[in-house]
Amino acid sequence: MSRLRTWVSLVALELWLPLLLVVIWWFASENSTSVYFPPLRVILQSFAENWLVPERALANLGPSLQVIGLGYGVALLGGIAIGTLLGLVRPFERAVRPIVEALRAIPGVALLPLFIVLFGIDQPMRILLVAYGAAWPVLLNTLDGVRAVEPTLLDMARIFRVGRARRLFQIILRSAGPQIFAGARISLAITLIIMVVSETVGASGGVGYFLMTAKSEFRISSMWSAIVALGILGYLLNILFRIAERYVLRWHRLQQARLEKAS
Amino acid sequence: MTTPATGANRPEADGDVPALEARALGHSYGPREILGGIDFSIKRGEFVCIVGPSGVGKTTLLRCLSGLQKATAGELLVLGTVVDEPQPGVAVVFQDYSRSLMPWTSVLHNVTLPLRANGLKTAEAEERARQALAQVGLQPTVADLYPWQLSGGMQQRVAIARALAYNPTVLLMDEPFASVDAQTRSDLEDLVLRLQRELGLTVLLVTHDIDEAVYLSDRVVALSGSPARVADIVDVPLGTERDQIETKSTHEFAEVRAKVHGLVRHAASSGPAASSAS
Repeated sequence: MSRLRTWVSLVALELWLPLLLVVIWWFASENSTSVYFPPLRVILQSFAENWLVPERALANLGPSLQVIGLGYGVALLGGIAIGTLLGLVRPFERAVRPIVEALRAIPGVALLPLFIVLFGIDQPMRILLVAYGAAWPVLLNTLDGVRAVEPTLLDMARIFRVGRARRLFQIILRSAGPQIFAGARISLAITLIIMVVSETVGASGGVGYFLMTAKSEFRISSMWSAIVALGILGYLLNILFRIAERYVLRWHRLQQARLEKAS
Repeated sequence: MTTPATGANRPEADGDVPALEARALGHSYGPREILGGIDFSIKRGEFVCIVGPSGVGKTTLLRCLSGLQKATAGELLVLGTVVDEPQPGVAVVFQDYSRSLMPWTSVLHNVTLPLRANGLKTAEAEERARQALAQVGLQPTVADLYPWQLSGGMQQRVAIARALAYNPTVLLMDEPFASVDAQTRSDLEDLVLRLQRELGLTVLLVTHDIDEAVYLSDRVVALSGSPARVADIVDVPLGTERDQIETKSTHEFAEVRAKVHGLVRHAASSGPAASSAS
């Protein structure tokens, strides 16, 4: 019972301001006659039609979710793998550092034309572009995290003859966990950006495609509904991310809380 | 995969072979010579302390003895075999428990990791870990906590339990009680003494604290000079039963203490390394 109450109060704490703003928006826009700023009532109607009816929602969201899921997944795995490799093999890292610095400075979306030329205009191109563009933050954070492992723990691992796999997965990557997650959070934001932009070209579905067609067909309330949908999608993805982080970095959260209390 | 159970105190092992032996062991960082030919050996079941002033090279010596660092001269022998890397029969308790324990996992898992890494099944590793935690005087409930949820003294007990569970031939300890308060320090000293007696452990402990070295040891190795050499090896005739108050107030204790003090102070005043370190 008290658990339920805590939960309800947590949700209330999280949602009171967004809900208040929605209410304000609703009443402020109700009598709007502007073509570009339709009443929220109209936007939500369009939202219900386009994003809540299962088959429409599937057509509009399915391709985007595929790009996010696969692209972000590859970005995480690739970023962590390459970041770990660079972090552990010093001479190698020194050699490729200038290349890494140059490549990461190029915004992922700037490579859209190149990726279209190389991989066509279908889903694989978008997934690859997301994977490439979103990999950088997690890669660089993993690199730093892997390097910052406490040397005493590496000594400990040698003394107790802990093998490579255990050393990597139970010491090095666990130690780098907080930094990897910090990078992964930035990568997630980049994933959404590249997903939307890449869907504006040559796609036949997805949130970006929907946005562009609504705009060009002058369905302004539909366009707004896509923006609302994007906001909600980002929010939900962030919640998923936070749940994963809470679970994996439980130790870090508790330890930080303890340190704060002590100081 | 080898099991870590290479056996402390195998009764069939040759009693004459030292558990650990340094032969003219030397170490240099580039042109700077830290250790200049260290000679000593430690018998099975013996408790030996290495003392020396700050900066004399105690940590470098311990790193060489544990196999973490290759000596640049001389030889290191574990059970009569020349080695140059960490051995299954050698465990280390590091100085700083907050650095040597993994903060992201439970006390139990901290103790079982070395065991699992050396081929023990989970159930067996956990049983041995729980046994070791009990031996160092920790409650069973502690096993599921994170190490940083414990006091400093308890964390160092976890580190000791991890080394015990590994079942080493030689237990190396690098200033293990330097970062705890005085009362905890006495408790941990008595704990290690009791474990050493009960389990017949071979312990080599490095410290800058002469009282601690004399109180714990069967023999004290005093380091001096720069590069460091063994100034002398002093026998400690205090018997096996020791008590923080009684032992330390005996005439013999005072005598050995004064002797070691003389060696270390002499080292401090003659060694150029000491003048820069203090």
